[in-house]
Amino acid sequence: MAVGKRAVFQSRWLPYALLAPQILVTVLFFFLPAGQMLYQSVHIQDAFGGSLQFVGFDNFRDLLRDPLYLASFKVTAVFSVAVAALGLAISLVLAVFADRVIHGAGAYKTLLIWPYAVAPAVAGVLWMFLFNPTLGIVAYWLRQRGVDWNYLIYDGQALLLVILAAVWKQVSYNFLFFLAGLQSIPKSLIEAAAIDGAGPVKRFATIVFPLLSPTTFFLLVVNIVFAFFETFGIIDAATSGGPGQATEILVYKVYKDGFKGLDLGGSAAQSAVLMAIVIALTVVQFRYVERKVQY
Amino acid sequence: MSSTSNRPASPARLPLLARMLLLPRTWAQARGDGMVEDRPVLTLLSHVVLILGVAIVAFPVYVTFVASTHTVQEVLAAPMPLTPGSHFVENYLTALERGAGESSAGVGRMMVNSLVSALVIAIGKIAISLLSAFAIVYFRFPLRGFFFWMIFVTLMLPVEVRILPTYTVVSDLGMLDSYAGLTIPLIASATATFLFRQFFLTIPDELAEAARIDGAGPLRFLRDVVVPLSRTNIAALFVILFIYGWNQYLWPLLVTTQESMYTIVIGTKRMILGGDAAVEWHLVMATAMLAMLPPALVVLLMQRWFVKGLVETEK
Repeated sequence: MAVGKRAVFQSRWLPYALLAPQILVTVLFFFLPAGQMLYQSVHIQDAFGGSLQFVGFDNFRDLLRDPLYLASFKVTAVFSVAVAALGLAISLVLAVFADRVIHGAGAYKTLLIWPYAVAPAVAGVLWMFLFNPTLGIVAYWLRQRGVDWNYLIYDGQALLLVILAAVWKQVSYNFLFFLAGLQSIPKSLIEAAAIDGAGPVKRFATIVFPLLSPTTFFLLVVNIVFAFFETFGIIDAATSGGPGQATEILVYKVYKDGFKGLDLGGSAAQSAVLMAIVIALTVVQFRYVERKVQY
Repeated sequence: MSSTSNRPASPARLPLLARMLLLPRTWAQARGDGMVEDRPVLTLLSHVVLILGVAIVAFPVYVTFVASTHTVQEVLAAPMPLTPGSHFVENYLTALERGAGESSAGVGRMMVNSLVSALVIAIGKIAISLLSAFAIVYFRFPLRGFFFWMIFVTLMLPVEVRILPTYTVVSDLGMLDSYAGLTIPLIASATATFLFRQFFLTIPDELAEAARIDGAGPLRFLRDVVVPLSRTNIAALFVILFIYGWNQYLWPLLVTTQESMYTIVIGTKRMILGGDAAVEWHLVMATAMLAMLPPALVVLLMQRWFVKGLVETEK
C-alpha cells in the first residue's frame, strides 16, 4: 500500500466524498457485473429462460470439450503471437533506422505515430477495403500476379488480413517506445565498440539489442494484451470472425455467444477464463516489467 | 570516431542522390553530434527504409482519401483510380448530412455524439481520478487501503470480460441510448488514479504544511496548488483519454440501438453492412476519413503531451 505523506489533512467525511464517484462507478459497472458473471458461470438457465440452476464447474467442463472453443483458443494464440512478433520486428527496424538518421528524424517520428489515433474498427474497415476481393486495389494487384485472393473464402487469408490491420495499428506505439529506448542508450558505449572495430550489425547484436531487452519485454506484454482485447473492432469490421470461425478470437466469441447467441452460462464461463488471462497478464506486467525504458 | 577503412565506396563513385545525401552528413559531423561513424550507404539505406515505412503506413489512408473523392461507380471500377477525384466537397457534404446506405443518421450527428462521449470520458476520468488520488494521498482514514485496492482491481476487469452483465446493469438503470450510458460506465480509471497518486507523492510536503498554516482547507489546497501543479499531467492524460473515448467500439455497440445515438466509429462499421453492391463506398470512405481526423489531429497538434501521456500511463 501507498507510501504516505507526512503532512495530511484531517476530515472525517471529505476523503469518502472525494472517493465516492470513482467507487460508485467501480462497484456499479465493474464489481457487480463481474460478480454476476462469476455467479452465472456456475449456473445454467432452464429451457424456458427462467430460473438458474447450480451446476458447479459443468460450464467450464463443457467449454473445454467444445471443439469450437478450443479452435478459438488456437486462433487467438496464432493471432496474438503473429501480431506481437511482426509488430515488434517492424517497429524495431524502423526505430533503429530513425535513431540513426540525424536529419528528418523528427519528421519520420511524426509520420509514423499517427495510426495510434485510428480506431481499431476504422482500421478494420480500411484494410478490408484494400483487400476486398471485388473492389480492393491490393486484391486487384494480387489477382494480376496470379494470387487467388479471397479472404471471404480462405481461412488463412482472413487471418492474415486481420493480423496486418492489427500490426499496422500497433506499430506506431512500439516504434515510440523502441525509439525512446534506443535514444537512452549512452552514445559512448556505441562509440567504444566502433573504435574496437565492431560494425553496425555486430554493435546492434551485442550491445544495442541486449540493452533494449526491458523495452522489448514490456512491449511484448503490451502487444499480447492488445491482440487479445483491443482488436475486437478490427475483427468485427474486417471479417466478423469469419469465414466460419477462422478469425474468431476469444473476445469475439464471448461477444457472439453471449450477445447474439444468448448462452448465458457458457458465455459467463468464457468470460471467467478471459478474466483469468487478464489477471495473469497484469501480474506479469507488474512483477516482471519493473523498469521498462530507462530515461 | 570514424572508420573510413571499411567504407563501401568513395563519394565520387556514388550516384548523384547519394552524393546529395552526403552533404548534410558532413555538415552534421562538423557540428560534432550524431552518428558514430561515416557510412553514407547505411544512411541512404536508413532513409529508404524509413520512407518506405512511412509510405506503407500511409497507404491505406491515402486509398481511403482517394476513394472518398470519387463517385461510387469510379470506386467500384477495378482497379479503382489512385489519384484524387473531383467529388470531394459533394461526398463529404452528403455524408455529413444524410450518412450512407440504410442509415438515416447523418455523419455530422455521429461526430457530435463521438465528440460529446470522448470529452465526457476524458474529463470524467481525469476528474474522478484526481479526486480519488487526492483523497488517498492527503488523508488517513479507515479503509483507505481497501479503496485503493478496489480501484486497482478494475485493471483486471476490462469491458470485454464482463460484456453481458454490464449491459444488463446499464439497461436496468435505463441508460441505454443515452450519453450517460455511453460514458459513465467507462469513466473509472485505475491508470489515471495511479498516475496522479505518483505525481502527488512528489509534491513537497512543505506546500501542504504551508497551506495548512495559512488556514487553507484541503479543497482550497487542491484547487490552488495541486491542480495547477498537475497541469502537464492533465494535458498528457487528456490527449490519451480523448483518443480512447473517441475510438470506443465494443461499448457503444452494446448500448446504442438508435442511429441518432451512434458514434462515428459505430456508424462507419454499420454502413458496410448489407453486401458489397449496396454499399456506398465513396461515402463510407468519407466517413472513415472524418472518423480518423479528430484523434489524428489531437495526436499531431499535441504530440509532446501525447508522447508524455503514452509513456506515463504505462508506468
